[in-house]
Amino acid sequence: MTDKHEAQHEPLSYRFLALVWAGLMALTALTLGAAKVDLGFLNVVAALGIASAKASLVIFFFMHLKYENRLIKGMVLTAFVILAIAIALTFVDVGYRY
Amino acid sequence: MDQTDHQSDDLTTRPFFGPKGSGGPGDKGLGPASWLFSTDHKRIGLLYLGLIGLMFIAALALGLILRLKLMTPGSTLLSPQEYNAMFTLHGVIMVFLVVIPSIPASFGNIFLPLHIGANDVSFPRLNNFSWWLYVTGMVLAITSIFTGSGAPDTGWTFYVPFSERTTTNVSLAVIAVFILGFSSILTGLNFITTVHRLRAPGMTWKKLPLFVWSLYATGWIQVLATPILGITALLIFAERVLHLGLFDAARGGDPLLYQHLFWIYSHPAVYIMILPAMGVISEIIPVFARKPIFGYNMIAFSSLAIAFAGSLVWAHHMFTSGMSDTAVLIFSFLTFVVAIPSAIKVFNWLSTLYQGSISLDPPLLYALGFIFMFSIGGLTGLVLGSAGTDIHVHDTYFVVAHFHYVIFGGTGLGMFAAMHFWFPKVFGRMYDHGRAAWAFWLVILGMNVLYFPMFIMGLQGMPRRYYDYLPQYGPMQMVSTWGSWLLAVGLGLMFWNLYRGSRYGPAATKNPWGGATLEWTLPTPLPHEAFEGDPSAPEPYDFKGVNPDG
Amino acid sequence: MAEHGATAAHPKDYHAAKMGMWLFLFTEILLFGGLFLLYASYRHRFPEAFHAGGQTLDVFLGALNTIVLITSSLTVAMSITALRRGELTRCLWLLGFTIACAGGFMVNKTIEWSAKFHHGLIPGSEHMLGLPQGQSVFYGLYYAMTGLHGVHVVIGATVLAWVMLLIRQGKVTAQDYVVLENAGLYWHIVDLVWIYLFPLFYLIS
Repeated sequence: MTDKHEAQHEPLSYRFLALVWAGLMALTALTLGAAKVDLGFLNVVAALGIASAKASLVIFFFMHLKYENRLIKGMVLTAFVILAIAIALTFVDVGYRY
Repeated sequence: MDQTDHQSDDLTTRPFFGPKGSGGPGDKGLGPASWLFSTDHKRIGLLYLGLIGLMFIAALALGLILRLKLMTPGSTLLSPQEYNAMFTLHGVIMVFLVVIPSIPASFGNIFLPLHIGANDVSFPRLNNFSWWLYVTGMVLAITSIFTGSGAPDTGWTFYVPFSERTTTNVSLAVIAVFILGFSSILTGLNFITTVHRLRAPGMTWKKLPLFVWSLYATGWIQVLATPILGITALLIFAERVLHLGLFDAARGGDPLLYQHLFWIYSHPAVYIMILPAMGVISEIIPVFARKPIFGYNMIAFSSLAIAFAGSLVWAHHMFTSGMSDTAVLIFSFLTFVVAIPSAIKVFNWLSTLYQGSISLDPPLLYALGFIFMFSIGGLTGLVLGSAGTDIHVHDTYFVVAHFHYVIFGGTGLGMFAAMHFWFPKVFGRMYDHGRAAWAFWLVILGMNVLYFPMFIMGLQGMPRRYYDYLPQYGPMQMVSTWGSWLLAVGLGLMFWNLYRGSRYGPAATKNPWGGATLEWTLPTPLPHEAFEGDPSAPEPYDFKGVNPDG
Repeated sequence: MAEHGATAAHPKDYHAAKMGMWLFLFTEILLFGGLFLLYASYRHRFPEAFHAGGQTLDVFLGALNTIVLITSSLTVAMSITALRRGELTRCLWLLGFTIACAGGFMVNKTIEWSAKFHHGLIPGSEHMLGLPQGQSVFYGLYYAMTGLHGVHVVIGATVLAWVMLLIRQGKVTAQDYVVLENAGLYWHIVDLVWIYLFPLFYLIS
């Protein structure tokens, strides 16, 4: 079972995890600050962009996706792509109707 | 029965299922608990098969009563409310309790692990749990008929605003649907993981039987589409209990968004229904043509293509709903795209048969029936997918005929084909071939007499789900009802033949059809532990040196 | 064959367990995905009402809950490191802290919802039924999405408590830790959903 060893990468250090946490906190502060400035439509882009950056930190490090094999990475991507397609194709209706 | 083989107490050689007279107990005897809490994929498959069969007969009976009511115009046999409740139940039971679990949960459970050389699925306890979820959903769905203020009367689609306002027992029914969805998800999740993790050494992706490919693609639809049904069902429940107004036009909600959510699941769901049947047909045809399958790569690939493209076309159910014209155009186009991989499969099956050494045994008969019925259903689907013609036939009997050709003529016959193909391996006995052929011809004739007039009535404008109709439809409604009786007789004969075969049929040999996939290398009936050690992976469609027994 | 998993010699397949959990998480993502689809559509339809609705929500409580959840995500991730290094006591403390965070989150949520209820925003009430169109949809979504998320917080905390029990019983160990990892993955998904809910409801205004 060669893959058994490959799976058991070293556990992430407390220090590294705390750094990720600090990054998440900083991004939370940033998104709170960005919401205070009126950027019009860009407010939405900024809020979602920062949220996605935070989500990436959680997925790649807290959820260890960075250390998983390509199969799992591909699967995660598939799930998000399918969700994106569902929302995008709904907008070819609501985007032209509302 | 060759009893001496099964007398040993060694778990590995005992059959998992002891038909009367075989003397073979299963893993923990034959008591009810050893079945109900079994983690053996073969037993779970049979548990599913039993309940699916039961539910099929129940919903079939409802369908026959509906047809009987529609034989003549006017208010006969059923009240309008009873009629509404009955077509709702016919739909809910057939879709969620019969067709969606049908092949994957029963034959998929039994044969997917064997096809890849594994002794079970990746998560056997989860497998048992998903059967229990199925039972829970079934009990709730049946309870919803008899409790509250009447059986649900919305149709199986639970469209708003009616589903939010009707006083009938919709709340319980949608919870049942939610739980059944969960059960379906767990089966899909189990299959995907099993295919990735438990293939025997040497069982490369290109050596997988096409049945496995189709179940793998189905598993992905189950995992990625079913949650949307879950949230849709929960939202109907929330609307009825909490009145959030999310789909209430008067309060700013958009009923069309309900339809979007519903079909984002329910269109891919028709591929959950049809893909496994296509997998069965891909197994049967080469065995009875004694030829390697034509275009293995294309058939395998087209399963994945159907799974993906099938998730892009849902709004073709909504062309007349008032959604944007842009959406109508785009979804109509995408619908034509998804027809391509289905056609690829049909052409490959026909090419496999071409110049084959064909033996017209019952499994092949049902498989050919599938191709015939599915082709009619599929081509009429294009009439519906084309936005211009859909406006004319939308919500008419044309639609009813179309999906009964695809789902009953397709998935139904695929299921029956699987039953006749794997019957000897599962039950250790053989049914009567002549009777099976008679039953087949009655079924196929009945189906066409029942459903073909509906195409014509639909084109003439007969709307679906109506309680009554104009006299001009009288003759064809009559013929259609006659067809339902033919079909019922054919199905009765088929089930009786299989039942008799399972009790009194002659003992089946190891490989009665001469199949080259791994399950035919195992003893009949199947032992509890299928493989001792890892089997070597065969070429699934190489029949050199593989011959039918006897 | 590298992908061949559990055999008699290796009854437990670490990779299969992980893969199964990820597949399950996809179903959670798409379950919420349906609600995000509704949110996107209705926000497109009623931008002003969503703007106004967002201003009535308490940014302080929302931000506090964000910090609580992110911190609880950190402690779950650390608990896996602790378990794998054999630091059982620390692992249990970290998990206990995570569950406490879940409790804190739910307390905040209760305060927030009570305040809304106090203003007559009770689902199904006369006041809710009489709201103008865009606002009605905004609060409807607010209750549906934060409500479903709250249910997941409770489920996640329950699962973590169960894993704590398994660790104490020695059924989840430094060598066999995939159950904790999977419970942690579930908890992170709860956090992940909130990471999007927070700006979409509290900040986009």
